Amino acid sequence: MIEFKNIKKSFGDKVVLDDVSHVMETGKANLIIGQSGSGKTVLQKCLVGLFEPNAGEIIYDGISFTDMGIEERKELRQQIGMLFQGSALFDSMTVEQNIMFPLDMFTTNSFPEKLKRVNEVLERVNLQEVNKKFPAQLSGGMKKRVGIARAVVLNPKYLFCDEPNSGLDPQTSMVIDHLILELTREFNMTTVINTHDMNSVMEMGENIIYLYEGKKEWAGNKKDIIFSKNKLLNDFIFASEFLQDAKDMRMLEAKGKISDDRDMDELLK
Amino acid sequence: MLFFNHFGRYLMMLKGMFTRPENMRMYWKELMHQCVEIGIGSLGIVIIISVFMGAVSAVQTSYQLVSPLIPASTIAQIVRDTVILEFAPTVVCIVLAGVIGSKIASELGNMRVSEQIDALEIMGINTKSFLIMPKIVACLLTIPMLVVISMVLGILGGRIAGVATGILSADTYDMGLLMNFVPYNVIFALVKAYTFAFIISTIPSYYGYYVKGGALEIGRSSTKSVVVSCVMILFADYILAALLLNE
Repeated sequence: MIEFKNIKKSFGDKVVLDDVSHVMETGKANLIIGQSGSGKTVLQKCLVGLFEPNAGEIIYDGISFTDMGIEERKELRQQIGMLFQGSALFDSMTVEQNIMFPLDMFTTNSFPEKLKRVNEVLERVNLQEVNKKFPAQLSGGMKKRVGIARAVVLNPKYLFCDEPNSGLDPQTSMVIDHLILELTREFNMTTVINTHDMNSVMEMGENIIYLYEGKKEWAGNKKDIIFSKNKLLNDFIFASEFLQDAKDMRMLEAKGKISDDRDMDELLK
Repeated sequence: MLFFNHFGRYLMMLKGMFTRPENMRMYWKELMHQCVEIGIGSLGIVIIISVFMGAVSAVQTSYQLVSPLIPASTIAQIVRDTVILEFAPTVVCIVLAGVIGSKIASELGNMRVSEQIDALEIMGINTKSFLIMPKIVACLLTIPMLVVISMVLGILGGRIAGVATGILSADTYDMGLLMNFVPYNVIFALVKAYTFAFIISTIPSYYGYYVKGGALEIGRSSTKSVVVSCVMILFADYILAALLLNE
């Protein structure tokens, strides 16, 4: 569980995060959603310590991250995996070397043991015969999967994903979403995902916070979103007419005005 | 004010490198990799520059020594001293500032903008220590060696050109090389080489590590790092000459 209280962050005069508090739950996909520039990435970078918040406290499973020294943070970070927006794979290394890197750095395992673990995680993310390929030879979706494999190779307790679907087609996005969700449940991780992809929100949103201009505007889960009366959230989530219609349909369905096995031909009449 | 801002951050970067390595074996591997990249990677250009530098200085010195009272062996002495004192350490290091400096700045800059440095930080690795320290140590190890190689090849280049153009015989050249040789000059050249190696590695590391933006900014910071390194080399060259050669 990751709890953050009253996080404030500004760059010069620009306030990017203003008094943001929430609890990210273990074993769930915790989503941070919001428009571009709403402070999602800054919040995530504050949580992992890449940015230092101006005020507020971050607590990892009861231990204050804010009060930790450099060495303690380094130790905690070995329990953190992160998938970056652009995958952040090391260009000069092969897929195998990329995934083996954390094992080389933090374990004393023999090469065959490390290779076995690399192949295990590659298999887990459904990638085969890519060990000797370089990141430049992979597609966007494959890079993301290698990024996930590298993030989970040390069995982390916390997984952070910054826009895992950016630049991917809807189908590949869904595959990545399912993979993150499965891994979260399988390893009982606390997963924090930044996204503004609505498919992801409706697919994975077990615990969602919506940021608007650096403030926490709304919190809930994917079911709550449908019935939310928050105008800012509705304008953001159901931006298109199509999605607005879909929402109305869901609401009518929930109120029993349309049956689940509705006859579309009948409705179209 | 901006200068102090940069200088303060530069010093903080250097201070940040000194922490306990997470895994000594990986740091050693990275150091060896950098030694090969920097040392072996620059050997070709150093060989070419040194040979031609020595050759040209022999020919030009002979052109300027028109008096029949000056013995031909003086050409060898002048070539030897200019190569050892200035050409090998300073000119070669200015070239290396371009070759190695731009490589370091663009490599680190690319890692910064593509979030590879953030990825390493998240893993719990001190990136200043893991990425910058091996580059500095590799420069300190290999650049003085390259300078020594340059000295030898520069003098050899002068000999080849002198003999090939008929300016002086090989024996006269060799005799000139041994006349009034001051071993302290080599020590002075090595002091310069170590100082310049530090400049060549740290300034581009600073510009690359703290780059912000995209491909355009990487290019700009790479160019800036080379310019600043060259200016600092020339400045340090003067300071060292004033401090160590003034009797």
